Formats: sequence, C-alpha cells, structure tokens
Amino acid sequence: MPATYEPIATVNVTNVTTTTFNSLGSYTDIIVVAGGLTRGTANSVFMRFNSDTGSNYSYTQLVGNGSTASSSRSSNQTGIMVAAGTTGLSSTPTMFICQIQNFSNANTYKTILSRDTDSNGATEAFVGLWRNTNAITSITVYTGGDFTGGTLSLYGIKAA
Amino acid sequence: MANTYTAIATVTVGSGGAANIEFTSIPATYTDLVVRLSARCSFAGITGNLAIEFNSSSASFSRRTARGNGSAASSTSGSDNYIGDIVGNDATGSTFSNNEIYISNYTGSGNKSYSIDLVTENNATEAWQYLVAGLWSNSAAITSIKLLPFSQSWTFNQYSTATLYGIKNS
Repeated sequence: MPATYEPIATVNVTNVTTTTFNSLGSYTDIIVVAGGLTRGTANSVFMRFNSDTGSNYSYTQLVGNGSTASSSRSSNQTGIMVAAGTTGLSSTPTMFICQIQNFSNANTYKTILSRDTDSNGATEAFVGLWRNTNAITSITVYTGGDFTGGTLSLYGIKAA
Repeated sequence: MANTYTAIATVTVGSGGAANIEFTSIPATYTDLVVRLSARCSFAGITGNLAIEFNSSSASFSRRTARGNGSAASSTSGSDNYIGDIVGNDATGSTFSNNEIYISNYTGSGNKSYSIDLVTENNATEAWQYLVAGLWSNSAAITSIKLLPFSQSWTFNQYSTATLYGIKNS
C-alpha cells in the first residue's frame, strides 16, 4: 500500500505572528495541525492562500462555549478563521486541525474544514471558502498577536 | 518521505461484550495520537455516556461540548472526563456510533488537549452529533488510553472496534 499521509513541514511558532508554507508537494489534500498553541492575548487565527490579501474569503462557524451553541457567517473577508480568539494560556493549550481539500485543482474554488479545540473557551467547527480557482501553492497562517508557544505541522494526503 | 499515519493497535469486542476498551504501552515515538471508535453499548436507552481515561486517571479533566440532535443545538462544560454519547441498546439495531479522538502532543511536558468528533445514528427522530474540546491537566506523557462508561453501568457490545493510530510530524 503506498504511503498516503506524509509529513511536509513543522515549525515552532513561539513569538511568531505569521507562518507561510511555500512547498506543498504533490498531494490531493493538505492537513494543518496546530498543537500546544498558547497566546498571550485573545487573538483569532486565520488562513490565506497564495498571499492573496483580497476580500476573497468567507467562512461559517459553529461554536459551543459551554453554555450556548451558536453559528455565524462572515463573507468577503481577507482570510478564513480557523481558530477563534482565546487566551490559550500555558495551562490550557489549544489545538486546531484544518483540512484543505483538493488544493491543486485548477478548476474549483477551494474549501476547508477546521476544528478548533479550547477547553477553556469553546469547541468550534469552521467551514471556509477561497474564491479562486488557482492551485494553492502557499498557505499562510496568521494571528493578530504572537503565539507564545506551539507548533504548526503540515501533512499531505494522496488519493489513490 | 516516511508514511506517518501508523496503526498501533486495534481492539474488537467479542461476543461477551467488554467493560472497557483500553490501549496500553503506547510508544512515545509519535507526535499525535488518533483513536477511531465504532461502538454500541448495552445501556437501556438511545445513547450511553462515554468517558476517557489517560494513564488510568479520571482526574484533572475539563471540557467544552457542543451537540445537536436534529432539532436543537446546545453547549455544556464540565470538569470531568465525559466525552459524549455512543449508540445504546434502544437505538436501531446494528447501528454503531462513529467517533474520532485526536490528541495532540501527547508526550509533551504541558497539559494535553484533545479534540473529539462523535456521531450517533438511529432510524428515529433522536440522533446526536458532538464536538468536544477537552483538556487533561497533567504533564505526564500519555501511555495508556481507556474508553469506558461515564456515570452509568453498561458494556461495549460485540463488534465494537477501536483503532489507535500514531502520527509523526517528521
């Protein structure tokens, strides 16, 4: 059976606000896993592609904060939210797992799914869209303030 | 480049049922762990409550849970190791719940975060979907994982299966 779930890159994001992955390889889907994320201030985490800073992104989020469940929608954004703002203290590290489907297809807009896990804040699910048919050649993950700890890992999945 | 999503062990429940499903002696050679569970339990209801233990401990857990049953969504929190429901004895026969547990950085020196997606099904009006954000406030590396009833008495039914995978980021 061929290897189909492979590590591409891992970066430590301590004292970093923006991380860009430029070498994505020849895969069908991409998975971004953030582990042990801590943040000094409650900044959300966003993702954009191919350095496109235009208002070409939209996303929908489903949130459970421990007392209520809610959903909201954001259109014409400059990035897709993949993890909501939280303090993410060292005692309560957060994580998110983001799936980018069919990222090199040059005929379709690109969609993502993300699951954000913060036991001190909320459990969340995001779906997002980048309105562009270009193959994704770079992925940028950014936040409004530095992460104080954690890693971002990129994995590639090959279809048969 | 190495294949990184590796099956470590699988448990399949036999004809007598099982009080729990446990993975022990988990090697420390991976970055993250994933448990994929297909399960049904003997609880006399549509669903039964499921819990998780790390290193045989049920202490120092906390969570935020969002769930929907087809007609309403709600959210709860708790300082406990409850991780959602699985299909119970009163649900449609031969129907098993589907559950993924993702544990990041399980050998790290900090507290451990885990993410859970879970669905039950049932050919009736009640079925559930869960999203769980969990935390185990313990600095020890996770070496064992146990799935068991939460504040209830039931057993895993025959044909319930769980597989533990290890993921390496390099």
